[in-house]
Amino acid sequence: MFRRQILKGMAGATASLALASIPAFVAPAFAQETVKVGLILPMTGPSASTGRQIEAGARLWMAQNGDTVAGKKIQLIIKDDTGAADQSKRLATELVINDKVAVIGGFGLTPLALSVGPVATQAKVPAVIMAAGTSTIVATSPYFVRTSFTLPQNTAPMAQWSAANNIKTVVTLVSDYGPGLDSEKAFKAEFEAKGGKVLETLRAPLMNPEFAAFLQKAKDLKPDALFLFVPSGQGASLMKQVGERELAKAGIKIIGTGDVTDDDQLNGMGDALIGMITSHNYSAAHESPENKSYVSAFLKANNNMRPNFMSVGGYDGMALIYKALEKTKGDTDGAKLLDAMKGASWTSPRGPMSIDATTRDITQNVYIREVKKVDGQLYNVEFATIPNVKGSN
Amino acid sequence: MLTILLDGIAYGMLLFILAVGLCVTLGLMNFINLAHGAFAMAGGYLTITLMQQSGVPFLACLPAAFLFSAALGLLLERTLYRHLYDKTHLDQVLFSIGLVFMAMAMVDYAYGANQQIVNLPDYLTGRVSFLGASIGVYRLFVIVICGLLAAGLQIVLTCTRFGSRLRAAVDDGRVARGMGIDVTRIFAVTFAVGSGLAGLGGALGTGIISFDPTFPLKYMIYFLIVISVGGTTTITGPFLAAILLGVADVLGKYYVPAVGGFIIYTIMVLVLILRPQGLFSRGPAR
Repeated sequence: MFRRQILKGMAGATASLALASIPAFVAPAFAQETVKVGLILPMTGPSASTGRQIEAGARLWMAQNGDTVAGKKIQLIIKDDTGAADQSKRLATELVINDKVAVIGGFGLTPLALSVGPVATQAKVPAVIMAAGTSTIVATSPYFVRTSFTLPQNTAPMAQWSAANNIKTVVTLVSDYGPGLDSEKAFKAEFEAKGGKVLETLRAPLMNPEFAAFLQKAKDLKPDALFLFVPSGQGASLMKQVGERELAKAGIKIIGTGDVTDDDQLNGMGDALIGMITSHNYSAAHESPENKSYVSAFLKANNNMRPNFMSVGGYDGMALIYKALEKTKGDTDGAKLLDAMKGASWTSPRGPMSIDATTRDITQNVYIREVKKVDGQLYNVEFATIPNVKGSN
Repeated sequence: MLTILLDGIAYGMLLFILAVGLCVTLGLMNFINLAHGAFAMAGGYLTITLMQQSGVPFLACLPAAFLFSAALGLLLERTLYRHLYDKTHLDQVLFSIGLVFMAMAMVDYAYGANQQIVNLPDYLTGRVSFLGASIGVYRLFVIVICGLLAAGLQIVLTCTRFGSRLRAAVDDGRVARGMGIDVTRIFAVTFAVGSGLAGLGGALGTGIISFDPTFPLKYMIYFLIVISVGGTTTITGPFLAAILLGVADVLGKYYVPAVGGFIIYTIMVLVLILRPQGLFSRGPAR
């Protein structure tokens, strides 16, 4: 109780600071020429790495493609919601009413995206989800479009690969919240449909500093593999404990979604991760000319911070907004922009991707990768591709 | 089974070292210092900085973290805390929680909000067999260090001149002063040692838990649980409470994973209903 009040107070204080530092742009004379895009991201707080990556991705797209589309100048407004859902909603309302943005985007976590849905619906403003990964979000507002990924999309290929590669029994360990449960469900359904057996589904509290008991339980059940999911940014502490418990030596293969082996942190996690198999929609080591130039430009623009899957969510989010504006010839009417976004397809640094015209969710390739040391650094090296996986049905 | 038990004990020991400084200031000096976690964070981040950037060996970081946090504690005690000793508890709470927010903002600014990771030296990783159970070398290391510290503290408090002076100063500061005991200095030293222990706990914690700027708030809950279950009048109370909580937490998560996370809170609620003054406290709470 006490703590919740403190957190609320803190969030309020940070938000009011953020507001004070961003002058409201009220310039009616330029209203026709400028199109405003408002991103709501966690720039501070525990999910700040997500916000940083998405902002860097979005800004890189604008640096590479200019800030003018169809004769309109694009103005990016970044607002910090600190990862608190009530702030996301308030900031969305502000962006729509005060700043009169044409599109809102960002949303670092599932609850943050869900809180913005009603605002987008009422204001008829397209909302581009650039991070949050629970499959059901897009269906909650007709104005949601997604350029990140969904957990079932990234998880099911892992289950297929496991079943095809002599893994018969699995224990799953996920964070106990929306995306974690999504991931657990998708893995179990797909893996058991392919003849495998999930021995136990373990759920660790989201704010869990100590995984010892869960990992020991997994070890004692002696499965062929342990499937892991924790949100981006929390993989480090989990993997430290996985390494300490020597699961690999006990003959248990470590598999998971790419959230655990987040490119942003992978290098610091140590050599214990080498050999871990994950499935995901993006790796900084993806082999394509688009990705090579993306990674080198990103590293250069961001003081050698490595782009992760969040950054391509931001990059492709801006790409989608640009494409929609081109198609409407600069018309910023929400419904028209939304129509232009449906069915859009292009080649992203992650590979070919498209927005499903009926579900408004992302369709993209999912890759099976292994953690390897390349030139002294740890990377997720892709070795198999499952093409055109749908985000939701 | 024994493996799980040892894991729990290691976790409990870590909680104890992190919380014992708070127990000293709260129980002995009757001062509510919610900023205690900030000192632990200082020790943790110092270790991270020294190891990652200067390549200082891990074992050398431990005393460094103790000294750094102790110095920081001494400095703040002399300049800030001292003025609040005779203020009401509400003032103390408000003041120290303000310090927590300042510490969090500073760490966020300097290090960023992402989790910091330390790679332990090779001789502290791996596992050993111990009475038929297998346990991580590092956890064993934590158990030994924390066990020694707990015993040392208990001896200092009960069997040394400093300990008896401290207890005298706490029980009645005015009389103690009249007896020629330098109460101000004793409080300063005690506060510094308490902060230093938090720093050491933070440094030891880098090997098990991860550090981010929300650490002082995230762990404040655990400190307060340890203190409220163990009572504040002794060192052994919080020690046994920390072990109990660590073991219950780990066992709960192992055997009933569905409710595992709540066990620690259930125990706290039960203890507070049955013995509001704390499980191991001698008299009613002050």
